Amino acid sequence: MYSEMIGIVFMFTISLLLAIPLGKYMAKVYGGQPTRLNRVFNPLEKWLFGISNINPNTEMNWKQHMLAMMIINGVWIVLGMLILMNQSWLPLNPDKNPDMSAHLAFNTTISFVVNCNLQHYSGETGVSYLSQLFLQFLQFVSAATGMAAAVVLFKALKDRATHQLGNFYVYFVKSITRILLPISVVIAILFLFDGMPMGLEGKEQMVNLQGDTIQVSRGPVASFIPIKHLGTNGGGYFGSNSAHPLENPSYFSNMVAMIAQLLIPFSMIFAFGYFINRRKMSWMIFGVMTVGFLLLAIPNIVQEVNGNPAIAKMGIQQKLGAMEGKEMRIGAAASGFWSIVTTVISTGSVNAMHDSTMPMSGMNEMLAMMVNSFYGGCGVGLLNFFIFIILAVFISGLMVGRTPEFLGKKIEANEIKIAMLIALLHPFLILVGTALSSYLYVNNPEAYASWLNNPGFHGFSEMLYEYTSSAANNGSGFEGLGDNTLWWNISTGIVLILGRFLPIIGPIAIAGMLAAKKQIPESAGTLKTDTSTFGIMIFAVILIVTALSFFPSLALGPIAEYFTLY
Amino acid sequence: MKQNQSNRLFSKDLVVEALKASFVKLHPANMFRNPVMFMVWLGTIIMGGVCIWIVMGEQSQGSLVYNLVITVLLFFTLLFANFAEAIAEARGKAQANSLRKTREETPAKMLQPVGEMIVGEIKIIPSSQLEKGNYFVCEAGDIIPSDGEIIEGLATIDESAITGESAPVIREAGGDKSSVTGGTKVLSDRIVVCVTTEQGESFLDKMIALVEGASRQKTPNEIALTILLAGFTLVFILVTVTLKPFADFAQAPITIAAFISLFVCLIPTTIGGLLSAIGIAGMDRALRANVITKSGKAVETAGDIDVLLLDKTGTITIGNRKATHFYPAEGISPDCFIKSVLLSSLADETPEGKSIIELVGVNAADYEIKNARFIKFTAESRSSGIDIGEDTRIRKGAADAIRNLCEKKGNPFPEAIDQRVKQISANGGTPLVVSENEQVMGVIELQDIIKPGIQERFERLRKMGIKTVMVTGDNPLTAQYIAQKAGVDDFIAEAKPEDKMHYIRKVQAEGRLVAMMGDGTNDAPALAQADVGVAMNSGTQAAKEAGNMVDLDNDPTKLIEIVEIGKQLLMTRGTLTTFSIANDVAKYFAIVPALFVSAIPALQGLNIMRLTSPETAILSAVIFNAFIIPLLIPLALKGVAYKPIGASALLRRNLIIYGLGGIIVPFIGIKLIDMAVTIFY
Repeated sequence: MYSEMIGIVFMFTISLLLAIPLGKYMAKVYGGQPTRLNRVFNPLEKWLFGISNINPNTEMNWKQHMLAMMIINGVWIVLGMLILMNQSWLPLNPDKNPDMSAHLAFNTTISFVVNCNLQHYSGETGVSYLSQLFLQFLQFVSAATGMAAAVVLFKALKDRATHQLGNFYVYFVKSITRILLPISVVIAILFLFDGMPMGLEGKEQMVNLQGDTIQVSRGPVASFIPIKHLGTNGGGYFGSNSAHPLENPSYFSNMVAMIAQLLIPFSMIFAFGYFINRRKMSWMIFGVMTVGFLLLAIPNIVQEVNGNPAIAKMGIQQKLGAMEGKEMRIGAAASGFWSIVTTVISTGSVNAMHDSTMPMSGMNEMLAMMVNSFYGGCGVGLLNFFIFIILAVFISGLMVGRTPEFLGKKIEANEIKIAMLIALLHPFLILVGTALSSYLYVNNPEAYASWLNNPGFHGFSEMLYEYTSSAANNGSGFEGLGDNTLWWNISTGIVLILGRFLPIIGPIAIAGMLAAKKQIPESAGTLKTDTSTFGIMIFAVILIVTALSFFPSLALGPIAEYFTLY
Repeated sequence: MKQNQSNRLFSKDLVVEALKASFVKLHPANMFRNPVMFMVWLGTIIMGGVCIWIVMGEQSQGSLVYNLVITVLLFFTLLFANFAEAIAEARGKAQANSLRKTREETPAKMLQPVGEMIVGEIKIIPSSQLEKGNYFVCEAGDIIPSDGEIIEGLATIDESAITGESAPVIREAGGDKSSVTGGTKVLSDRIVVCVTTEQGESFLDKMIALVEGASRQKTPNEIALTILLAGFTLVFILVTVTLKPFADFAQAPITIAAFISLFVCLIPTTIGGLLSAIGIAGMDRALRANVITKSGKAVETAGDIDVLLLDKTGTITIGNRKATHFYPAEGISPDCFIKSVLLSSLADETPEGKSIIELVGVNAADYEIKNARFIKFTAESRSSGIDIGEDTRIRKGAADAIRNLCEKKGNPFPEAIDQRVKQISANGGTPLVVSENEQVMGVIELQDIIKPGIQERFERLRKMGIKTVMVTGDNPLTAQYIAQKAGVDDFIAEAKPEDKMHYIRKVQAEGRLVAMMGDGTNDAPALAQADVGVAMNSGTQAAKEAGNMVDLDNDPTKLIEIVEIGKQLLMTRGTLTTFSIANDVAKYFAIVPALFVSAIPALQGLNIMRLTSPETAILSAVIFNAFIIPLLIPLALKGVAYKPIGASALLRRNLIIYGLGGIIVPFIGIKLIDMAVTIFY
């Protein structure tokens, strides 16, 4: 027990210690300052820009940035659907896996392009190696898209009145070449030593301990898993994700994966502070996020470690905690911790069955995705948090009797309009999606009987979780939901697209509008936005907005289940 | 403070008037302006429909009494919100009317124009018939019938009707003090005044129009806040609408009354209902401080001011410089020096000259000197004085001027005097050197008297984050001394009228907001350029047109009050928004278990207030939601107190009071109401 806790603290501390220097390095990379790696990457990037006919010195305004982002993302969606729907005859398919149906290919491509990796298929039977490699490519570029978008925000908040916010392609390419790729290589090597498979041969036949002959799926796993975590993607190579012994062989690989997924979201926060020269701001943001994270993670760890009262009533001892749906090599504490890390950050990889976690743990997992900005995904976490900053600045500005301003830029009606729309979008997608599904199910329970493994509150949680995970671009599943159907593939696909791009475009639009405004110098009357007081304000805004939007639906799902169980 | 200030928040007349208006305001066109309350309005109508449905025999919606009570409570919520707006309007109008009443139907002695000429024929007409461009005459004892500009003559005027200040003021044609206000009284002399405003367009008329709904425009912050509140309303529409299929899934039927109650309780009705009242009350508070604002935006901008331009004279120092010391030159007897000082100043009509006589301590009228010829001050000679007969020439003036005069005649300028002159300058004083027959007699020291208590006011401003800048015609050395002594942050010395303008432009280019006060015609461009320009009522018409506020008291320190009023306005909105939204937590805990507990008994665990039954819980929440509005009207009208303790400390304070308080108060309130409702239900 004690050593399990030390493991958790260790994982968090190492991530933080690595993130600070990495953040400094990232600020240099995005700021165009020379780094020691220039000699390696300058020629490579020059070649890339050359063949793509991009002039890296072209400055873009926020609209041009967003256009560039939409265009390259559009190309990947088309390309992805073509590959997944034709994988059976395309090369690198030793296991002879079939083509995907159109709606599953639609859902899969989108979910990888938007950094969600919802995965309504199983890696072993659903995709070829070519598809896996393409999905791996998408894991890189989707993470880089989020990071590049965040850098546009940095740039907009750094400069005095300007429209020129740098070049999207430069931010995008540098995110991959200088950050994601090198770190992924290091992690992949660690994973290889831990026994992760890597190769292009098909299934291997072996005899297990029971004496049965089984077919073991394998492939380019060690190259896939690093970016799965580092890029906060979470899409598993195998169906059971990080619970699979070849995808997460040991406590060590579990730890590396955990650090990898915390790394970029952490260091983006510090990069922000270095980039705009306000390091205290980074710590304020990190503090707010960490408090939120701990308030979700600690109850989960405690509950999972304490075990299930229903099983205790049956007279079964639970020294190891609530072990239903968990892996022995990882344990209850680390699984509970992971369940919150993977949901606060938009990773969505799982090393235990979230469906089997305790009711309140399930609620916290959903809450983490409903907030979606305690750390959050690669780059996009900060963008989501920025919306809450704008709302907090507005209300607290009024409370101190001054027209609200953030970093010297006035927050006015237009910014509030966008911020409010984006804040509204998240509950809209989740609640409307779940409401439509509930409506369909209630009106025709026989036709949709295959949807839900569980009746009642838990079944409701399964649907609520699926839309929450989609809207938050998280990609984890509560599972227990029969989700490879036309309805779920298309409806979550739409939620994914809206839940990805609007929350990027909105904050960038606000930032672009703020960037164009005149900067007001600070005075004693200015409300400082890097203080703990303001941090509390942001936290209260996040809490109230989330709680108010989701309280009734949570009451009908996990809360009702909790009161029934205890 | 001033005679036209009413301390009571609600007088009987106002309440009656406001009650009537609350019903008139139920008109949908009016309700539509406020999205939050419009939703309540729709909810009330739906509930009315539900009641009729039940009367017609519907069984599934609960008892008629329960539904009727909910309907009536929603209707009250609407009335309370309307009442808040109406009482604020009524108070503003009453205040403005009391100012306006004085000038209505006073007889005007109009000068009859014949062609382009103005002949002396006077026709008496009611003031309401005066038109812009008319001339009228006012003599001692007359009430001035309309705002205007003196084109001929000089008069002492009692402005107490408007300013509450009993000391009469002098107004004269030409210059910066040529403007008169309708309703004030001429005490002496005769003036001819040209009417400058159309009837119904004076500042007061504009102000009254602003307070009344018709021409009231939402300020930028108000618009942004309305968007925020509309956003929250949309969230709750979403929450309530999607709850229907969720409840169906959970097999927990919910009545329409419960849906509407949940929705109305969650949307920010408290701030939504009080929002316009807060804005009107802001303008009203300005009016109570005897400041007429031309737009609500100006009051709001005042709260954001970063830089305050203040004229030294009258604002920082009392009136003008005063003589404080006489320093005779070496070898000159004090008596001899004082005599020449006195003689040189006898004909000096400037306030400085008068203060010299005052310091000597004699009555100037007692002196009659024969053969005297007074020499007036000119910019060229920079000295004034007196010639008596042929052989006495006394001069008083700037040190340089007198030095030139003496040295031209071959007389030396004593070293000790030179030292003294420098010392006086360095101490913020103004030295005047006196010479007799080109011999230096001594130095007079003039000092500015800094207003008592002004340092504290500047300190308060500094804590608010406002930089104060003193504008003065003094030389930089003197200016710096006074600036230091008074505690202003910066100064503009040897200021010419256009310097103010340059300074404002420069500071605005840095992104700061500037406020200034001015009275003269040459202040007009700067008043127009400043973000908040306060014109003195005694100032010229041009200045009053250029600024966006008019101060009836002509009190230069009024800007400080205006800034506080602006801040209060924003703070009241911010804190009540926070309070309103924080209230939702408790309302959720009251209503959500009530909605589901019959179908899902386990959710009784969420009923942490232990409310008696689902119906009493919903009733209690709706009652709390309705009655919190009238309870907060006094706060909305008076405004949240502003304390200059720094922005972060202020935020902490308001977060604890209105944020934490907003969470706790409804828990207590709803529980108490539930206990009361249980008795009757």
